[in-house]
Amino acid sequence: MNAEHYDAIVLGAGAAGLSAGIYLARANLKTLIINEGSIGGQMVLTHAVANYPGVREASGREISQVMKNQAKEFGCDIESNVEITKLDLTSKKKMVEIDDDEIFTADVMILATGGKPRKLGAKNEDKFKGLGISYCATCDGDFYTGKDVIVVGGGNSALEEAVSLTKWVKSITVIHQFDNFQAHEYAIEQAEKNSKISFILESKITEYLGEQNVEGVIIQNQKTGEFSELKTDGVFVYIGYIPNTDKLKDVIHLNEREEVLSDENMQTNIKGVFVAGDVREKKYRQITTAVSDGTIAALSAIEYLQS
Amino acid sequence: MLGTNLKHIKSEEEFNEVIKNNENVMICCGRMGPMCLPVYDVMENLEEKYENVKFYDMDFDIPEAHVLRNHQLARGFMGLPFTFYFKNGKAVKATSSIQNKKQIKSIIEEYLV
Repeated sequence: MNAEHYDAIVLGAGAAGLSAGIYLARANLKTLIINEGSIGGQMVLTHAVANYPGVREASGREISQVMKNQAKEFGCDIESNVEITKLDLTSKKKMVEIDDDEIFTADVMILATGGKPRKLGAKNEDKFKGLGISYCATCDGDFYTGKDVIVVGGGNSALEEAVSLTKWVKSITVIHQFDNFQAHEYAIEQAEKNSKISFILESKITEYLGEQNVEGVIIQNQKTGEFSELKTDGVFVYIGYIPNTDKLKDVIHLNEREEVLSDENMQTNIKGVFVAGDVREKKYRQITTAVSDGTIAALSAIEYLQS
Repeated sequence: MLGTNLKHIKSEEEFNEVIKNNENVMICCGRMGPMCLPVYDVMENLEEKYENVKFYDMDFDIPEAHVLRNHQLARGFMGLPFTFYFKNGKAVKATSSIQNKKQIKSIIEEYLV
């Protein structure tokens, strides 16, 4: 198999990866972005972004579409919705194979692989994925028109998606493991004042019930340890994200949460390998911070190539 | 109209023209959600690689999209997007929900080129 060589390869096409791609391509470096999911990453799931400086208000999808087109116009190649089947970060010439089919090499690599939705770990979760368990209200909300659903989680995503689901569903029960929400005040207020939404706190789903589709769940109260059954037509899960570091963990230094460790210039423990965005160890995960990481990683990579 | 970089089919008449006048056609009928976007991204990428295949999208929510929504090959489909492959004006394959580049390429290789 012939390998095509690039100056730089960016893994991931969320806000961090696209920003890195824009900076690298503008510096006239032959750049390839390889992405396993959707271009825009988690950004595309955000209905309205109102705090991205310079943009009055836009959907995450619109912002990511502009970022993608900017990267392409500056000359970035993009391979998206592919599977990374081999990865070599430690050799001087870095290598990525996709779909057991195409091989690309590069002098530097930027890891911007982001995160993926955390699963609940309840019994029968895999069995009912797409058959009553969903991770995306925008995609699947209308299939639950007039039905009773559960939303799991207590962060912004959970409460905002619960409110957005009320367009279709008859009722929503929000189940959250703690006795208070992590969401911002405005999101809590919106959810609490919606008459279709009720709440069960300090509880966890331990099992999904049903034949072909989800028909109910078993809930455990975290305080008393007691189990109870709740009938439902569907469950939407929003309990945060875990970093996409499965393919990196053998060679890249990670913290105990499996996030990539780096210095302030986004340099990892391997020469020529930089990191950016939600996959790295940091406190705040915003589009703005991902863009900042991507910029720094690209500038550090350019400096590395020149040295 | 969908906000992709693909060519859009906006009417039944246009749909009939496209499949009549082109030997190989792939049409993705969807919305702008996270299951649909990755399919459009692959189509944009493959547009450069398969010159003898025409790539189009169609907005799932316009009334004219009934030509694909209610197509006999889409019976039982419960996940967006609905993706169709046409050879000489005839639908030869359709898929429901997200497909990755490898899956799409293998359908094009098997049914179209």
